[in-house]
Amino acid sequence: MSKRIFIAQPLRATLMLLLCLALAVVAATGGSYWLRLASTAAMYVVLASSWNIVGGFTGYPSFATAAFFGLGAYVAAIAQTRGLPMAASWVAAGLFTAACAFALGLALLRLKGHYFAVGSLVVAEVLREIMAAGGTLTGGGMGLNLPLLSMAPQAIGRLYLAAFAVLAVASVLLSWAVLRSRFGAGLACIEQNEDAAVMLGVNTTLYKSAALALSALLAGLAGAVYANWINYIDPGDVFNVLLSVKPIVMALLGGIGTLTGPVIGAVGLVGLEEIVTRSFLDLTGVVLGLAVVALVLFLPHGVNGLAFMGRSLKGRQP
Amino acid sequence: MALAQVLLNGLLLGGIYACIGAGFSIVWGVVNIINILHGSFIVLGAYGAFFAHQHLGLHPFMAMLPLAGLGYLLGQGLQRHLIRHVMAAKVLVTLTLTFGLNLLLNNLMIYAFSADFRKVVLPNQEPLVLAGLTLPMDRLLSMLAAAGVVLATHLLVTRTMLGRSIVAVRMDPQAATLMGVDVDRTFAITFGLGTALAIVAGAILSPIFPISPTAADSYLGKAFIVCVLGGLGSLPGVLAGGIVLGLVESLGAFYLGPDHSLTLSFGLLLLFLLLRPQGLLGRKGFE
Repeated sequence: MSKRIFIAQPLRATLMLLLCLALAVVAATGGSYWLRLASTAAMYVVLASSWNIVGGFTGYPSFATAAFFGLGAYVAAIAQTRGLPMAASWVAAGLFTAACAFALGLALLRLKGHYFAVGSLVVAEVLREIMAAGGTLTGGGMGLNLPLLSMAPQAIGRLYLAAFAVLAVASVLLSWAVLRSRFGAGLACIEQNEDAAVMLGVNTTLYKSAALALSALLAGLAGAVYANWINYIDPGDVFNVLLSVKPIVMALLGGIGTLTGPVIGAVGLVGLEEIVTRSFLDLTGVVLGLAVVALVLFLPHGVNGLAFMGRSLKGRQP
Repeated sequence: MALAQVLLNGLLLGGIYACIGAGFSIVWGVVNIINILHGSFIVLGAYGAFFAHQHLGLHPFMAMLPLAGLGYLLGQGLQRHLIRHVMAAKVLVTLTLTFGLNLLLNNLMIYAFSADFRKVVLPNQEPLVLAGLTLPMDRLLSMLAAAGVVLATHLLVTRTMLGRSIVAVRMDPQAATLMGVDVDRTFAITFGLGTALAIVAGAILSPIFPISPTAADSYLGKAFIVCVLGGLGSLPGVLAGGIVLGLVESLGAFYLGPDHSLTLSFGLLLLFLLLRPQGLLGRKGFE
C-alpha cells in the first residue's frame, strides 16, 4: 500500500523541491503578475490537498470544498469588520469551519455514493443563499469589503503569497502525518471497505467526520486568506461550484489519494488555465471542459497512470 | 383568497418542475449517472425552440417533437461514445466527466449565443379568471404540456417492451443481461430519452422563463430537488416531487419573501437526503 502511494518517489521529491525553489524565487524577485499566479497555485495546492483527505484517503466523493472555502472567507470577513485582527480572524475562520464540518459530517457522511455527492454539493448552495439573504451582517448579495493593508502593493503581494505558501506546505505535511498515523490507516480501511472497517473496530463515524473537519480546516483557512487577498467577497464568488470541482480535477490529474498528487495536479492545472486564458480569453471555459473530459477518458489514473504504463511497457508489473 | 392563489401558482409551477426533473430522474435511476449536463440540455432545448420560433415561425410546442428527436440522438451518441467508457468507474469519475462536458457545452452556448436573456414572445393571451383566481394562460398551457410529457413517458416505461427492458435494467443489470436484455443498448436509449426529455422541458418553458446559458445551474438544482423529493427513476414520484417543490417555493416566497424560497427548497433537499433518501414515492432499496 505505502509503496504504491510513494511510487516514483525520487522523481516526485525532486519535483517538490523544484516547486519550493520556484516559489522562493517568485517570492523574492517576482513582479505582481508572478506573485498573483504563485499565490493562486499555492491556494489550489491547499484546496486539492484538503479535498484529498476526504475524497482520496477516505474515498467519499465530496463536493463541499466550496462550502468550507466560502464559510472560512465569510467568517474571517465578518470577524474583521467587527474589529478582530487579521491573523486572529484567520485562525477563528479555520477553527469555526472545522467545527461546522465535524457536526455536518456526523449527519452527511451517513450517505454514500451519489447521495453523498449531491448532499455535499447542496451545502454550498444553502450557504450561498443564507449569505445572500443575510442582511447587514453578511452584506447580502452585495458582499463585504475587507480592510486594506497600508503597505506597498508588492509587499502585500509577498505577504499573501507567504501566507498561502505556509498553508500549502502545512497541508502537505498534515496529509503526510495523516497517512503515517493510525488515523490514516483507519481512513484507508474505510476507503477500501467500510463494512469491514466497522468489523475491525474502526469508529467509522468519528473517523469520517474528523477527516471532513481536517479537510474543512484547510479549506476554511484558504478561504480566509483569500478574502483578505482579494479584499472583497460576495456569495457567488466564494461559493462558486468550480471551487469544489477544480480541486477534484487537480487530484485526479496528479493522482488521487497520494501525497504529492494534489500538489502536482494543482500547479499543472493552474498553469494550463493561465496559458489558455492568456491566449484565448473567450474560450477558457471550453478548454477547461475539454481538458476535464480528456483527463477522465484518457488518463483516469492521472500522471500516475503514465508511470504505470511506463513500467508495464518495460515488462515490470507494478 | 390570496393563499388559494399562491397554492394555485405553486401547482402550475410544480407541473413544469416535474418536467424539468423527469429526464434527470430516469438517467440517474437507470443508468446510475448524475447528469450535470441536464441543466444545459434544458437551455439548449429552449434555444432550439427560440430559433425555431424566430426563423420558422413554429410555436414552441410544435417544435417540441423534432427537437426531442435531435435530443435523443445527441444523448444516445454521448452515452454510446463517451460515457460508456466510465460506466464501471467510481461515482467521482462519472460525475467529473459530466461536469466537464457541461462546462464545455455551457461555455460553447455562451460563446455562440452570448449570456443575454431572450424569450419566445407569443401573442398575448388573456388570463383565465375562475372563481376569483387568476390563471395565466401561458403558464397553464406549459403546465399541461409538461404534465402530458411526463404522463407519456410514464406510459412508455410501463406499457412497452422497451419500457420493460428499461425497468429491468434499473432493477438489476446482471439479471437483465441473463434475461436477454442488451444492457449497453438500454443505457444508451435511456440516456437518449433523458436528453430528449430535457430538451422538451426547455421548449416547454421557453415562452415563460428567460432563456440564457446562465440559467442552466438553477434548472439543474431544481432537477436535483425534484428527483430526491420524489424518489429516483419513478415518474409518479417526479410529478409528486415537482408539485411539492412548486408549492414549497410559492408558499416560501409568500410567507418568507423570495430571498428565502431557494434556501427553503435546498434545506428540504438536505432533509430528505438524510431522513428519506428513497423519496416520497420511491421504494426502499432502490436508491
